[in-house]
Amino acid sequence: MLPDSKVPAGPLADKWDRHRFELKLVNPANRKKYDIIVVGTGLAGASAAASLGELGYNVKNFCIQDSPRRAHSIAAQGGINASKNYSNDGDSTWRLFYDTIKGGDFRAREANVYRLAQLSENIIDQCVAQGVPFARDYGGLLDNRSFGGAQVARTFYARGQTGQQLLLGAYSALMRQVSEGKVKLYARREMLDLVIVDGKARGIVVRNLITGELESYSAHAVVLATGGYGNAYFLSTNAMSSNVTAAFRAYRKGAFFANPSFTQIHPTCIPVHGLHQSKLTLMSESLRNDGRVWVPKEPGDKRVPEKIPESERDYYLERKYPSFGNLVPRDVASRNAKEQCDLGKGVGETGLAVYLDFAEAIKRDGKNVIEAKYGNLFEMYEKITGENPYVTPMKIYPAVHYTMGGLWVDYNLMTNVEGLFALGEANFSDHGANRLGASALMQGLADGYFIAPYTISGYLGSNTIKSIDTSHPAFDQSRKEISEQVSRFLSIQGKQTVNQFHRRLGKILWDYCGIAKDEAGLSKALGMIRDLRKEFYKDVYVPGEGADFNQSLENAGRVADFMELAELMVLDALNRKESCGCHLNTAYLTEENEPLRDDENFALVAAWEYTGEDKEPVFHKESLTFENVELTQRSYK
Amino acid sequence: MTKNINLTLKVWRQNRSRPKGGFEIYNAKDISTDMSFLEMLDVVNENLIVEKKEPIAFDHDCREGICGTCGAVVDGQAHGPQKETTLCQLHMRHFKNNETIVIEPWRARAFPVVKDLVVDRGALDEIIAAGGYISAKTGGPQDANNILIGKEIADEAFNAAACIGCGACVAACPNASAMLFVGAKISHLGLLPQGRPEAKKRVMSMVRAMDRLGFGNCSNETECEIQCPKAISIKNIARMNRDFVKASVS
Repeated sequence: MLPDSKVPAGPLADKWDRHRFELKLVNPANRKKYDIIVVGTGLAGASAAASLGELGYNVKNFCIQDSPRRAHSIAAQGGINASKNYSNDGDSTWRLFYDTIKGGDFRAREANVYRLAQLSENIIDQCVAQGVPFARDYGGLLDNRSFGGAQVARTFYARGQTGQQLLLGAYSALMRQVSEGKVKLYARREMLDLVIVDGKARGIVVRNLITGELESYSAHAVVLATGGYGNAYFLSTNAMSSNVTAAFRAYRKGAFFANPSFTQIHPTCIPVHGLHQSKLTLMSESLRNDGRVWVPKEPGDKRVPEKIPESERDYYLERKYPSFGNLVPRDVASRNAKEQCDLGKGVGETGLAVYLDFAEAIKRDGKNVIEAKYGNLFEMYEKITGENPYVTPMKIYPAVHYTMGGLWVDYNLMTNVEGLFALGEANFSDHGANRLGASALMQGLADGYFIAPYTISGYLGSNTIKSIDTSHPAFDQSRKEISEQVSRFLSIQGKQTVNQFHRRLGKILWDYCGIAKDEAGLSKALGMIRDLRKEFYKDVYVPGEGADFNQSLENAGRVADFMELAELMVLDALNRKESCGCHLNTAYLTEENEPLRDDENFALVAAWEYTGEDKEPVFHKESLTFENVELTQRSYK
Repeated sequence: MTKNINLTLKVWRQNRSRPKGGFEIYNAKDISTDMSFLEMLDVVNENLIVEKKEPIAFDHDCREGICGTCGAVVDGQAHGPQKETTLCQLHMRHFKNNETIVIEPWRARAFPVVKDLVVDRGALDEIIAAGGYISAKTGGPQDANNILIGKEIADEAFNAAACIGCGACVAACPNASAMLFVGAKISHLGLLPQGRPEAKKRVMSMVRAMDRLGFGNCSNETECEIQCPKAISIKNIARMNRDFVKASVS
């Protein structure tokens, strides 16, 4: 059974305030008696670990990277939203709330999204206090720009490196707690199991990536801030080590996985080239403020862009969506790029790209202005492609970027497993079926700085949690199972590498569970994934030893979990018989080819329960109720 | 134009069975010039695995030049020959057919080798823990626009804050000094009004931590600035030294 979502009663604007009052507190003198494990050091993990440490809890913070400062939040480029209304263009908490819930195509919880909008302002204040160098104007005030899905300028930014600067802020707060002895840091550790004792999350088992040793850690609560699972697609904008393993192993231990098929495919990425490409690179959405997207009007027009006159270009986003133009939400922009390429109008060697053209902006504002805004992005583009975007238009194509799905959590960000919390991209909570640009950073920091510290205290304050340590047999059992898995990988001694399997898995997902889906393709994918998994356990070759630094072995575990997750993603997509946001089933379209929701039957969160290997998971439904917004057909025209 | 090239790699291998380390030679055949340097290493590793040999261990993550995870000394230069570029963003179009490329880990006393090209840079985190922060508690600070910071100062602070903590400056320096890394953090925080109250304490404790952890001192070689993938200026070292002297006598 799906537990209560614990959304507080009362008017939307008062819910969080009232809830904070109702949450139990832990006396400052007693906090040092509690241990809290935080897995992950991205925006959500680092901010949670730092804030919990500051409150006086003993925090153990784990990361897979060699330093907490390298978590993948660091790669976020464009910015962070906040309803400060510094631009005086009519922004408000309500408008940010409304834009976010509409952008998510009405598949998120009203109360969670409203709270996020409320907290957005505190985040900017907190980050500035830490020394985050946001962009400023000559008078010394903070500068803003606009992002997709919004008609106000509410995005705060630090050139094209906003994620880096915010993460370094959270990292510095974290390191301060490390020096105070309130947070103990464990780098190069990968969480491989969640340990549950008497129905409560009580610890984790990790693999020390340098020695290969399995280590056990116990606590009174466990927080997963382990990011998203876009790397299931092999090619994505995620960092190479981003994976689903921590969340997935919690799922295997009983935590429900919500909306696993909700994957954001970002419209502006550098197109795929060659067979050996290892990842895709995002070009920030902020570029769509000044860049104009176009394709040639005639299919198969292979002329270089400079030779195609204005009259023979189709600025299709501006034509189809005059009020939002190039700043439509990500799902809309991605779908349209694919549609143009499917019509044979794609450009570049592969025909799988559209132009993002800055010629007009450079003519209007001058090269200096464009360089000041996007210099580092233009440089990165040139390094990768060898082409100069000041002279020739960028070529872009959609790529897997973010996963809205994740562990199911209630209003307290606690999963259905007591004492197990999930923050940031690892949970499913705030973005519905499509995340708006500059909202991921906002959510990660809201969860870590301003929500989890209260709700975890609330949990600890209202539960009696008996003392245990890692000598409890549940830890031995976990270590035994992991050792068996490691031995299994090493003993297969097949012919194919882990990467070869991962690449094939990614292609299945991209082809059948990507920008556009249909029932036949999804059913086919299900069979293909199951076959691939069988083949993996027969023919994979993992070199080296278990008790050593062994990157192939790390990867084998991650890919094995991705394969099981992929099945769940496809099942979830099959189950949702409507289109909404990122989830486009070609059987459910409006007359204008936009996604057609079925609010009567699918205004719901799909939460999946694990029932055992090779067994169908059980579907649980959380109905979404909307008391404050009217469910409309999204229109950006 | 995309083309394929063949390369000879001389790669540093070091692990438990070979604790002192040494070079091994590998052929990298049919490498597309569109590949990144790390994708080229991926190809070499895939071939090694198929031949049932152990792949070359190297650190990497975002592959977008921002996380600071990757890095190796390529032909004597940290992150290779292209200026202001991390190893993951270096592309093979900058190499010639039949070239021999020498690939080594960061070499510094404070960065012990973990395996092959992977080193332990935990010392950099320890320096930050010694004072590389502003003590701003999570809570209700003043409105962000109450602190006015002129664009020039904000931009200068940002330029210093752009450091990715990769450790190339240490690897590039003949003294294995971390002064560019430390100077950048001192500048970033010290230039901002929020960072002034702790400025003296910060520079004293960070410099002491740097010395304690076995990093060398600056002798104005400027190799760090030249090889820094983010072009962090050595002016930051001057600022750190100035702040340190001021803090020491006051």
